[in-house]
Amino acid sequence: MQLTLGPVLYHWTPERWREFYFRIADEAPVDTVVIGEAVCSKRTPFKQDHIPAVIERLEAAGKRVLHASLILVSLPRERRQTRELVQADEAEVEINDLTCLTGLTRKPFAVGPFVNVYNEAAAGFLAARGATRICLPPELPLPAIAVIAAAQPKVATEVFAFGKVPLAISARCYHARAHKLTKDNCRFVCEQDPDGMPVKTLDGAEFLSVNGVQTLSAGCASLLRDVPTLRHAGVASLRLSPQCCDMVAVARLFRDVVDERIDPGEAERRLGEIYPDVPFSNGFLYGAPGHVRMEVGGGSLGAMHRGPPVRGRMLS
Amino acid sequence: MPESETTGLRVMPPRLPSWLSRAVAPLPLAPLQPALALMLARISRAHPDLYDRLGNHAEKRFGIGPTDLPFAFVLEPRPSRPLARAVRSLPGGLDASIRGPLAGLIGMAEGTLDGDALFFSRVLWVEGDVAAALALRNAIDDARIDFGKLLLGGFGPLGVRFADAVRQRIRTLPAAGGTSWS
Amino acid sequence: MELICPAGTPASLEAAVEAGADAIYCGFRDETNARNFPGLNFSRDELKKSIAFAHRHGVKVLVAINTFARAGSFGLWQAAIDDAVAAGADALILADLATLDYAARRHPAQRLHVSVQAGAANPDAIRFYAESFGARRVVLPRVLNVMEIAAIVRESAVETEVFVFGGLCVMEEGRCSLSSYATGQSPNMNGVCSPASDVAYAERDGQVVSTLGGFTINSFGKGEPAGYPTLCKGRFATPKGSGYIFEEPVSLDAAVMLPALRDAGVTAFKIEGRQRGRAYIAGVVRSFRKILAAIDEGRSPPAADLAAMAEGQTSTVGAYRKGWR
Repeated sequence: MQLTLGPVLYHWTPERWREFYFRIADEAPVDTVVIGEAVCSKRTPFKQDHIPAVIERLEAAGKRVLHASLILVSLPRERRQTRELVQADEAEVEINDLTCLTGLTRKPFAVGPFVNVYNEAAAGFLAARGATRICLPPELPLPAIAVIAAAQPKVATEVFAFGKVPLAISARCYHARAHKLTKDNCRFVCEQDPDGMPVKTLDGAEFLSVNGVQTLSAGCASLLRDVPTLRHAGVASLRLSPQCCDMVAVARLFRDVVDERIDPGEAERRLGEIYPDVPFSNGFLYGAPGHVRMEVGGGSLGAMHRGPPVRGRMLS
Repeated sequence: MPESETTGLRVMPPRLPSWLSRAVAPLPLAPLQPALALMLARISRAHPDLYDRLGNHAEKRFGIGPTDLPFAFVLEPRPSRPLARAVRSLPGGLDASIRGPLAGLIGMAEGTLDGDALFFSRVLWVEGDVAAALALRNAIDDARIDFGKLLLGGFGPLGVRFADAVRQRIRTLPAAGGTSWS
Repeated sequence: MELICPAGTPASLEAAVEAGADAIYCGFRDETNARNFPGLNFSRDELKKSIAFAHRHGVKVLVAINTFARAGSFGLWQAAIDDAVAAGADALILADLATLDYAARRHPAQRLHVSVQAGAANPDAIRFYAESFGARRVVLPRVLNVMEIAAIVRESAVETEVFVFGGLCVMEEGRCSLSSYATGQSPNMNGVCSPASDVAYAERDGQVVSTLGGFTINSFGKGEPAGYPTLCKGRFATPKGSGYIFEEPVSLDAAVMLPALRDAGVTAFKIEGRQRGRAYIAGVVRSFRKILAAIDEGRSPPAADLAAMAEGQTSTVGAYRKGWR
């Protein structure tokens, strides 16, 4: 099983962003690193200057580098940016929108978790056009993952295994809205929340986080204890999505579990020390509400969040 | 501008005049029960599709609570032995209950008023199993039952008077009968 | 300009025909369509009869099979496509690469529309659907303004359809898992958003509190207009304050934008609301028919006042007007 580090979804300062990848290059036991801005095209220029150095460092460390395309492409500038990315000879692209397929000229590509691949036929369609690796949508349950992996053995099936779960994308910027600013004049307030802006229910239950135009979960997905199950289902790669915690340590834990050097339960206990105060969940994998933490194999451990009860009905 | 040039849609159903409510309050409910049973039997016979739409929600117990009447109805639509009865107040243990002014409930059941719009305006309220209530609403909306006539016509002269009063009120609404559009 | 109207039941379909719809969209009573609500939608037999009824009145029927097929159960979606074609559907509304690919190969003569759930938000994405599957029309996501729509029409060989009234997704359609995060059921997989089975209302301190999957979504004071308990229109708390952080409980009403959308070259105007009753369908369709007639004749359109039909009894023109973002 391989490990992929997904793109940083948040708006980190350029220096922090660069230093993060330098350390990943030097220390993190991941096979593939996805870089670039997937969430908001307004953020792209901040990273641009550092990208060559980051790529060089990652590749020098033997890591495969993929370039993430934008999730939502609507403005002319975003179309242009997307076209340039998919037509660049040197870059291998992870497509996050089917817009990319119009410009791709039969070169291999990876598929990010924002492209709707819910079944083996959709995976087959993309494989026939050059997809070599597909990161499935985070809400996909285990039986679907297993069917897709079995039906497309030549495609590496990847699942979203760590990080706050990206749940929605919008044309509207909720960071700007919360700060009573317009999207056009947003002053990049999203930079103030490098791990997302917390969104709680009115009675205080942790629920979501806002990252500009993107909405993520408040809890953090962790499929660490489910690694043996995923391996059995034919999953070839696990995606770790960068959060404000020691991602090198996170990658090492996942590596150790994948290599069976540490008990998965013990590993998740340690994960809680690396990324404290954020509840872990794996409900999606078992067809349950995404925020729920389930026993390996699907039994209920109960919701980790304050407030919402786990509904028995959903656990079937 | 002539009336036909406006496209307004109102949803607020009228409340029954309080004299009506006072007039029916002392009446015994027992005579209503056979009329309700007959009405329900007619509906089940005439609209078997209703049960396809209700699916397993047909086995549930519904409360229908007109907020401007001194009594309410319990409905168990199950196909084997459908049951409807009038009660002084809704009992516990219902799966779902729908409350609102009688004209609103009838208007929704007859398809002249939009249930969601009544809900948005807080005229109508649902408690309990929302999916069951929704299935019932959708099944009845599709069946095109002349609910008011069936419901109130079965109750003798007072019921007819009642029905006329309700209908008159509904008809004063532009959206209600559909006739004022053309 | 075509007026495309919703129907959740045969009775609604007939109401829409009588009210002046040019085309009606509907779906099967299962998870293959994105309005898989209790008591709603069409059996095979109902669809066949309803299509015949519509065709007798010169009205088209578009069948929405717009969820994403479940892995290992693609047969259910294939059967829905085959049966809709056999029933005489004028077009299929599809979102999944799998269903589009299947329909294009198996039924090459069948007219295909790209569902809003596919989230085709720019001319390149639209070109992909047109070239790969021969799609003839795309339903645009509710994230674009009129200028962007005009640009898409200019650059695209396919027809465009836009929503002009009804429920408003503030997230890009087809890429939202908020519902399944709270309830385990999503629009893409199950055809439901914020399913009724997971909704509860309770009175608390004189307020009516709505919850979804146990999460508090909103709290309404006495007499305050209510909305659907959908996550993106709930009240939440952030460090920058509490309130409607995504969107208020509002519905889309783009009646005032119709002339601009027509000038942008849009082919068809779509009314949302397959889950609504006959009263809504009849009222809203008649209202839009009158507005379109007035526009066609060069008269100033009658003022639409459909606020009572709207969530929170409030309307917005949404993303169509620049500045919504």
